[in-house]
Parts: sequence; structure tokens; C-alpha cells
Amino acid sequence: MTDSNALGIDAIKTKGWFAAHKWLLIRRGVQLGILGLFLAGPMAGIWIVKGNLTSSLTLGILPLTDPFVLLQTFAAGNIAGTTALLGAAIVTIFYAIVGGRTYCSFVCPVNIVTDAAHWLSARLALPKGWQPARKTRLWLLAAVMGTAAVTGIAAWEMLNPVTLVHRGLVFGMGFLWIIVLALFLFDLVISRRGWCGKLCPQGAFYGLLGSFSLIRVSAKNRDDCNDCMECYAVCPEPHVIQPALHGTPGTAGPVVLSRDCTNCGRCIDICSKNVFVFDHRFNNPVTPVGHHAGNMDSHTRRAA
Amino acid sequence: MPTATHQGRSSVSRRRFLAGIARNAGAAGAFGLVVGTFATRVRALPAANIRPPGAKPESDFLAACVRCGLCVQDCPYPTLSLAGFNDDVPVGTPFFIARKAPCEMCDDVPCVKACPTGALDSKLENIDDARMGLAVLIDQETCLNFQGLRCDVCYRVCPIIDKAITLERRHNVRTGKHTTFIPTVHSDTCTGCGKCERSCVLEQSAIRVIPRQLAKGKMGGHYRLGWEEKAKKGESLVPGLIDLPDRLPAAGG
Repeated sequence: MTDSNALGIDAIKTKGWFAAHKWLLIRRGVQLGILGLFLAGPMAGIWIVKGNLTSSLTLGILPLTDPFVLLQTFAAGNIAGTTALLGAAIVTIFYAIVGGRTYCSFVCPVNIVTDAAHWLSARLALPKGWQPARKTRLWLLAAVMGTAAVTGIAAWEMLNPVTLVHRGLVFGMGFLWIIVLALFLFDLVISRRGWCGKLCPQGAFYGLLGSFSLIRVSAKNRDDCNDCMECYAVCPEPHVIQPALHGTPGTAGPVVLSRDCTNCGRCIDICSKNVFVFDHRFNNPVTPVGHHAGNMDSHTRRAA
Repeated sequence: MPTATHQGRSSVSRRRFLAGIARNAGAAGAFGLVVGTFATRVRALPAANIRPPGAKPESDFLAACVRCGLCVQDCPYPTLSLAGFNDDVPVGTPFFIARKAPCEMCDDVPCVKACPTGALDSKLENIDDARMGLAVLIDQETCLNFQGLRCDVCYRVCPIIDKAITLERRHNVRTGKHTTFIPTVHSDTCTGCGKCERSCVLEQSAIRVIPRQLAKGKMGGHYRLGWEEKAKKGESLVPGLIDLPDRLPAAGG
């Protein structure tokens, strides 16, 4: 595996520091920008956005509601108000186009926490720890909806760190740091990339939502790949890269089609050969994979 | 035999597959149990915590509220807040404590208008129709009016004065020659805004807003009040006088 401290050196050398961190900077900008919009009201009296991530009203006209939370209230037996339905429809359509887990990488406040934990974990070369199966989150998603149906309460919202952290920030709740610290330590010492990558039912929901999303990362220039493996090292869901980058010749196109991909763009940043770009899912010609055609086996082994 | 081998292998993998499903389903079930237990443990709302106007009955409210805080942000007073972990209210849901900051009963009901999910029922358009709770003069032993004084503050601050709270005159048996003015709440008009509780001059309020189901008794469904039935019919239900036999004390026993 690549030395984590040497990650990105090639990309910085060939593209410059900013180009090698372009999507990371955009992503942090969007995350903090969204947070800023929500905080501007309560902190500075500038009411552009009201509410929090579960449901909000922008400029007094645009309602947005988290379909994951609304679905829990449906399961709990609520017949939702029209505003919430409209808001959830807008959000659903948006993520169905731009990629469901774009929510995870560009919007969710927990992402900053778990990214920080992963950064530190890599720096300290800590063991990976407990690694439950990736599909665990789907089971937890089913459990969340089942619990809402049985108890008649959106029960997960009592514990959901995603909504708790955001609500805590906007409404200034004291317990916020306990959750942030718990998540950070969980990802740092118990399970590397554990929360967002294996367990979070909200991420699982958005993954399903974006199963057929239009905007996708594509290993468009995969013929230029020099097998440095740095994309695998930075990717929060490394299993999504392999079929696109090293797909079986003649059967797999270069588009990353897995619903687990968060569209974070770290692979685009880190690649010194500019293999990855944002593209749409239909630009996926099934072409032979150039020089990789000969040594498929070694790649699959290394990727695994 | 190749077929047999094949079948044997597939039954092993099927067993492994089913075992995997069972394990995951078990884990998900355990997770759901923990979450559900935690959630239902805090279902009962403490009596001092009042939901915003228009809130559906507590169980429906908890099913519908997405805890977005739009009602809190649109409340023009420091009344509403979202529950944190330290409040005995399901986390993230809106409430107020009347003694700290009562509902000011805005005419345009902005909190209800802000609610996207219908947890606060949009059918509530007139704030006088709100039933957040019910004020109860809970302690006659400390209420100044009960002592024969003319405090009257709860009565004076009531937004629906003379309807939701009236002063009922009673003979003051202590002095034998004065009148006491008893603050009396009427449940058909009281909205439970809590302004009376907020302004009670005592160190601990003698009048408090509590959930209506705690405050109200309920007669048996079969009870009939004779005088009401009589008024409904326009005459006595029993025609004529019933002449019961008179018994006079017999002389000499």
C-alpha cells in the first residue's frame, strides 16, 4: 500500500497544490457554506435559510426536507404536510441526479469529523480495527424504518448523529461535542471509516436514492493509469474504483457505477495522470482497458 | 458424480448465505430494539413542558415532528426551544415552559405556519382555539386570592380575561364579613398559554398549565345530568308529582 505521508506528492508536483486539492477545497467550501447559511440566521440575524438539515425554508419560498427523516415519520404513521412532501420531492430529485451520496461528501456535517478521524488514523498508522460488512448499513436502515413502524416514533432521530450534530450546531446544544467526540473516536480507534463507510443508515438511504444517478466519477483516461494506487488509498469507498479503473476488458466501461461512491472527487484530485473526471453515467463506452488488459489478475489482487 | 458434488456445494453455500442473513437480521433486530427502547423510554412528556399551539396529541406529534426547529425560529418571543439531551423531552422536539416564557398567542400563529410536516396542525388558524394545556389553580393554600386578598394577577394577564379565567365570589368564612374572589379557569376557553403561571406573584406559581389529560376528569359516558335533560326536553322527564307515602313519627313510638 502507498505510504500515507507520501500521498499526493506526485499530483502536487504535476498539477500544483491547488489543482491537487481542487475538489477537497470545493467540498469543504460547500460543507462550511451550507453550515454558514444555516448559522447566519441564529447568529447574525441574516435569515437566508431557516430550520436545519431535516427540514428548511430558503428565502421564504424554497422548502427542503430530508426524505430519510420524512420516510421515518411515514413509517411511524404520520401523514405528512404538503410542505414537507414538496421539500422531500425536491431533495429526492436533486440527489437522484447528482448522486445520492453527494449528500454524504458535500453536505453532511459528520463527514468533516470522520474525514478528520481517517486523516489522523492514517498519519498514526493505526490498525483498521473492526470492519463490519459494507452492507451492514442497509440492515441498519431496515432496522431504523422497522423501529419507527413498531414504536410509532421516528425513533432513530433520537440518536441519529447526522441530524443531532447539525441541529446542535444551529440551535446551540451543549451535548454536541459528546457526539462529535464519540464519532471521531469510533472512527479513529474502533473502526477506520466505520461510521460513514459501514454503518450510517442515512448514508445507506442516500446511496439507494442515487442508485441510478446521472452524475458520476469516470476513469475516463484509465489508459494513462500508472498503478500508483493512490486513488484507492484516499477513496472512502475503495471498492467502487476497481470495476471502473480495472474493469474486465470488453465488459466494463470507465464510469464508477457503484451507489456507494460519494462523488467526493478525492480520486480526481490525487491522480497525477488525470485519469478521473466527473462525467455522466451514459458516457460509459465498453472499450478494452488498454495496457491493463494483460494483467487483470494482479490488479484485482492488489485492489482487494 | 458431478451433479451430486455440485448440489452438495450449493447447499453449503446456501446454508452459509442463510446463516449470513440470519446473523445480519439478528444484529439489525438488536439495533432496532436498543433504538426503540431508548426512544419509547422518553415518550412521556413531563407535565411542565408544553408543546407549541396546534400540536397533535403527543404520540401523533412524535410520529410527525422532524425536529427541524422552524417553529422555534419563527417564534418571535423566546418562548419555544428545541429540547437538548438535558431536557426531559424527546431530543430535538419543540416545547416551552410557561413559568419561564409563556406563549404570547400571536394572532398570525407563525409557529404553526412554519411547520412543514403537520406536527403542528395547520387547521389551527385562530390562536384562541389552541389547546396547549390547561391552567389549573393547583394550590389553594398559597394562592393570595384564596386567602381573601385581591391579587388578581392571573386573572388580569389572561389574554381571554373573563372567559378563560373569571373571579368567582365566595363568602369569606375566616372574617365572616368579606368576599373572596376565586380565580376560576374554564376549560372550554383556556388555551394553556401559561401567561397566568408566568405572572403568578408567588415564589412558586399557585396556578400552572398542565397537559389537558392530566388536568381534566371524565364522567362516565352513561351519566345524565337531570337538570340538563330537563332543559333539553323543556319539561320534567317524570310527568307529574310522585306521591311518596308520608311517614310521621308515631306518637309514643
